[in-house]
Amino acid sequence: MSKRVGIEVSLSVSEAVKLANVDCIAAYPITPQTHIVEHLSEIVANGEVDAEFIPVESEHSAMSVCCGCSAAGARTYTATSSQGLALMNEIVFIVPSLRLPIVMTVADRSLSGPISIWNDHTDAMSVRDCGWIQFFVENGQEAFDAHLTAFKIAEDKRVLLPVMVHMDGFILTHMIEPIEFLEQDEVDKFLSKNYTPAIQLNPEKPVTMGAVGIPEIYTEAKKAHDVVLHESKKVIIEVWNEFAELFGRRFKPVETYKMEDAEIALLTMGSYGETAQIAIDELRKEGEKAGLIKLRLWRPFPLEEFLDTVSNVKGVGVVDRAITYGTTGGPLAIEIRNALYDVEPRKVVTDFIAGLAGRDVTINDFKYMYQKTKEAVKSGKALPYQFIGVRG
Amino acid sequence: MEKYNIYAAKLLPKREILSPGHRACQGCGELLAVRQVLKAIGPDVIIANATGCLEIVTSSFPDTAWTVPWIHVAFENAAAVASGIESALKVLKRKGRYPSDRDIKIVAFAGDGGTADIGMQALSGALERFHNFMYVCYDNEAYMNTGIQRSSSTPFCATTTTSPAGKKSFGQKTNKKNLPEIAVAHGIPYVATACPSYPFDLMEKATKGVNTEGPAYLHIFSPCPTGWRSLPDDSIEIGRLAIETGVFPLYEVVNGKYKMTYKPLKLKHVSEYLKKQGRFKHLTGELIEEIEKRVKENYNKLVKKCEI
Repeated sequence: MSKRVGIEVSLSVSEAVKLANVDCIAAYPITPQTHIVEHLSEIVANGEVDAEFIPVESEHSAMSVCCGCSAAGARTYTATSSQGLALMNEIVFIVPSLRLPIVMTVADRSLSGPISIWNDHTDAMSVRDCGWIQFFVENGQEAFDAHLTAFKIAEDKRVLLPVMVHMDGFILTHMIEPIEFLEQDEVDKFLSKNYTPAIQLNPEKPVTMGAVGIPEIYTEAKKAHDVVLHESKKVIIEVWNEFAELFGRRFKPVETYKMEDAEIALLTMGSYGETAQIAIDELRKEGEKAGLIKLRLWRPFPLEEFLDTVSNVKGVGVVDRAITYGTTGGPLAIEIRNALYDVEPRKVVTDFIAGLAGRDVTINDFKYMYQKTKEAVKSGKALPYQFIGVRG
Repeated sequence: MEKYNIYAAKLLPKREILSPGHRACQGCGELLAVRQVLKAIGPDVIIANATGCLEIVTSSFPDTAWTVPWIHVAFENAAAVASGIESALKVLKRKGRYPSDRDIKIVAFAGDGGTADIGMQALSGALERFHNFMYVCYDNEAYMNTGIQRSSSTPFCATTTTSPAGKKSFGQKTNKKNLPEIAVAHGIPYVATACPSYPFDLMEKATKGVNTEGPAYLHIFSPCPTGWRSLPDDSIEIGRLAIETGVFPLYEVVNGKYKMTYKPLKLKHVSEYLKKQGRFKHLTGELIEEIEKRVKENYNKLVKKCEI
C-alpha cells in the first residue's frame, strides 16, 4: 500500500519519473530544477530503473536529444527552468508538431534580466503558445501525482502531445513535504510499463518525420494541432478520473475553494493557491463572501469548467505571476478577461502582478487584492493592472 | 583506398536509398555525397537531418525521397537528435522493446553551417559523450539554402552574399575552419574527409565510419554549382581539382593516427581549381599566390602528421 514519506518535492518528482518506468532522460542543470535531475541520475546510476541518462551540454540539446529518444520509441523525460526553457524554446515549439509525448517539468523561475533564480511564471508564459499540454501543481503531492498522469495523457493515442508540468521553483521544488508514494505494482496498473509508441523510427517501417510544410499544408497542420490540443481535455479528465478511482486523489482542470456562494473570487495558478486559501478563510471569518479559483489546467484552457465556477460571482481578482509588457494586463488576466467577455452579467476583472522573482506575497496581500476587487465591483469599473508590494 | 582492386561500379548496390526525383539543383555535390554514403551503409539506418538544402529538397510534404527512417527537428541539433536515437535504441534493445536482430546504424547529416557554426556545440557534446553514431558534414562552404551567405567554412577569398568582393574587399577574409581537426581533438576513433568525385574512397570511409564503435566524423567536400557559380557538369571535376591541388586533402584519422588515403604525385597549382568557379573570379595574381601559399602550407602540415 501507499506509504507517506517526508521528502523534498523535487526528489518526489524524480521518484515519480522512476515509477513511470522512464526509458530516457536528457537534462542540463539549472537552478531550481537541479535536484530533480541529480536524483534521477542517482536512480539510474544505482540501477533502480533501467534507463539512459544523457547529460547534455545545453538545454537546447536536452530537448533535441529528447526528440531523438521519443521518436525512436522511448518514454522520455526532461526538466528545466527559466533560461534553460528560453534556450530550448526553438525545440519546445517543434515537439508537439512531431507529436512526441515527451514529459517535462518546469521548475518555474523568472527570466533574466536582471538575472534572478527565484520563482514566478515568466518562463511559463514565454511558452504559452507552444502547443504543449500544460498544467500547474500546487503542492508536493500534486507534483508527484501529476507526473504519473502526465505520461499517461501524453502517450494516449488520441492525444500524442508533450506535457509540461509547472511547479514553482524553490517554493515547491525545495520544500520538504509529506507525500504519499505509490508502489511500483500500483503504478504499473495505471501506466503500462511497456510503452508502445504510435510512430517510431525503425527501418522495418520507415517514416519521414519533420518534413517541410509548404504553404499548401502548413495551415492544415496547425489546425490539426489546435484541434487535438482542444480535444485532449477529454482525455486529461478521463486520466485524472482514473487516477482518482485507483488512488483516491482527484485532479480537476479548475479547482475551487469556498466558491459555492462566493461573490468575489481570487484566481491563482500554482503554489500561491495555498496561501490564498488562508486569506479566503480569514475573509470568510470577517463575513466576506470570498472564494478562490485555482486554474490547474492551463493548456488546453478549460473554458467550460472555468465559466462554471464563475457563474455566480461579480468580480474576479487575477493574481498574475508574470508581465506582458506594455499592454492591458498580465497574461493570465488577459486570458481570463477574454474568457469572460461574452458572459452576462458582466464580471469585473482586476489584475494584480504579484510575487515576481520570489517577492513574498503574504496573506494580507491577498486580502488587499480581494478588497481592491470588491471596490472595483462596487464602482463597476475595473482598475488598471497593478503591481503588488512594489516600491516607487 | 585500401582495396582499390576490388572496387568496380557494377559491384555497387543498385538500390537507391535516397530515391531519385528530389528537388536538388543540377550538379549538386551534396546529394551525390549523401547518395554514396547511403549506398555504402545500406537500409539498416536511421537518419537525423539538420535543416538545410538536403532536408528541403528531400522532404517536402507529402513527398519524401527517403526510403529509410528519417527525422528532421531543427538546424543546429542533428548531432543531439542522433544522440537521442542512439540512446533510445540502446535502452529499448536492452528492455526487449526494439528488434535487436538488426545492426541499425545512426547517421546525422548536416551542412557546413549546421556543423561549423550553429551546430558546433551540439556536435561537440555528442562526440564528447561518445555516442555510437556517424556524423556526416556535407560541406559546400557557405549557407547555400538561404542564398550563399558566408559560413566559417567558407574559404579565404571566396565571394559570398555576406562576404562580397568589392572595391575594398576581396571576399572572405578568414581561413576555413578546420572541422576534421576539431573532431580529432575530441579523441574519437574515426575521422575522415571525402569527396563524391572519389566515390569508392567515400564509400569505404562511410562503411568504416558506421562500423566504428563510438562516434565517427565524416567531412565531405560537396561542390555546389549554384553557390560556387560553376557549371553543373563541372562539379565532379572541381571536386577532383580540390584534391589534386591540395585544397581539400583526402585523409582519415583512425584512433588518432593520420593517413592520406589519396596522395597526388605532384600537387597542381590552386589556380586550376579556382578558375572554374565564379566565386573566385575577382581574384588577382597576388591573392591567388597567397591562397596557393596557405593551401600548400596546410597540406604540408597534414603530410607531416601522416608521417608520425
